[in-house]
Amino acid sequence: MEGYEVIFAGNNFIRLLSGLWVTVRISLISIGISLILGFIMGTAMTGRNPFVKVLCRVYLEAVRIVPQLVWLFIMYFGITRLTGLNLSGEAASVIVFTIWGTAETADLVRSAFGSIPIHQFESGFSLGLSKIQLYIFVILPQALKNLFPNIINLATRMIKTTALISLIGVTEVLKVGKQIIDANRYEAPDAALWVYGVIFLMYFAVCFPLSLLSRRLTERKD
Amino acid sequence: MSDNVIEIRHLKKAFGDNVIFSDLSLSVQKGETVVVIGPSGCGKSTLLRCLNGLEPIQDGTIYLNGKPIEFGGKSLVKIRQRIGMVFQNYDLFPNMTVLQNIILSPVKVQKRNRSEAAEEALQLLEKVGLRDKADSYPAQLSGGQKQRAAIVRSLIIHPDIILLDEITAALDPEMVHEVLKVVLELAKNGTTMLIVTHEMSFARAAADRIIFLDGGGIAEEGKPDDFFRSPKTERAKRFLSTFTYTE
Repeated sequence: MEGYEVIFAGNNFIRLLSGLWVTVRISLISIGISLILGFIMGTAMTGRNPFVKVLCRVYLEAVRIVPQLVWLFIMYFGITRLTGLNLSGEAASVIVFTIWGTAETADLVRSAFGSIPIHQFESGFSLGLSKIQLYIFVILPQALKNLFPNIINLATRMIKTTALISLIGVTEVLKVGKQIIDANRYEAPDAALWVYGVIFLMYFAVCFPLSLLSRRLTERKD
Repeated sequence: MSDNVIEIRHLKKAFGDNVIFSDLSLSVQKGETVVVIGPSGCGKSTLLRCLNGLEPIQDGTIYLNGKPIEFGGKSLVKIRQRIGMVFQNYDLFPNMTVLQNIILSPVKVQKRNRSEAAEEALQLLEKVGLRDKADSYPAQLSGGQKQRAAIVRSLIIHPDIILLDEITAALDPEMVHEVLKVVLELAKNGTTMLIVTHEMSFARAAADRIIFLDGGGIAEEGKPDDFFRSPKTERAKRFLSTFTYTE
């Protein structure tokens, strides 16, 4: 059997697609929760409370310093054993990706608001705008414009990083690919290139529209 | 007394231990253009910022049309509609067109009719030579154009006084003139203004009165011709001499 025939042999392609769905599902859930928690945390980071600020900073750095794979191992093999909690690989993945995504989103929100010059606030106030009016008409539109492309960038990074979760036993698209290649090792030794090629295209199909969207959002207005 | 738009009595302002003014009193009459000059760090900008509550004051009272201003709370929003301000930095909102910038406060704060506000905005833009830029975004304007638009934005709320805080300090030299021409026109038409500037020839041309700030208070005050021709204090002489270059 030729390598490319493996792709559509049996229900291989359907299996790849359902693997892709696992990837997308875990990414979507994680990104969704991260956005909500990240906005809350980011807003807290722009506030005045120094204790909250330091706490958020420590959290953010801790998440960033440790590789995502290590977090996955800690969560799936460590925490479950320690607490006796029976976490599925998928649940552990969502938790780890949410912890990571929340930290990154918060930092993006913080910097989006922080990058707005102080005189934008002052000239708004000097025009008699109330604080709420100032945020609605002046600050938020500018902050969101800074924020959108970065959030989408983060989302694509998260989608790509889900490739790691096969290592804690989640059968996502990459793992399915590996299974298909292994099963056809003798009949089609050159299947790997084809299978991984298709997976490459699948990742591309998911991430590229996001990149396009991000580019469109940055280009808008002058 | 009753003609005073702004009256400052015994103003005290300090940043921590750094006292900017210990006891400053100053008034601006209706229709008067008062220009504040002085060495950098003397508190010129701080003075303007105290007037509309951007800087909290430690002591003293500021009267607007004879009524003491209460800083903090809702009344400050009302006060700020009576006091227009233009800053050194380009302070137009980049997410809105020039016209949207100008009518934001009239429509959202003063609840004026949108088309009526837009009409007045266009008339004012015409006066400062920016009628054709109404639908441009700030990023498409030169520095001088931005500042002229910012002046219009403060004019349209019909304030009792306009504060101009070094509005040409960040501009390229060739754009300074077009902005100051607009301000000079306002001064001639009897707009009440309190201006902080480094442009001495402009100060002389536009001012009804010069205030020279130095050493934590008003070091000298007078008619522009008297002040620039024969300053009375040693400090003012020294300050003015830094603007002339002689071999």
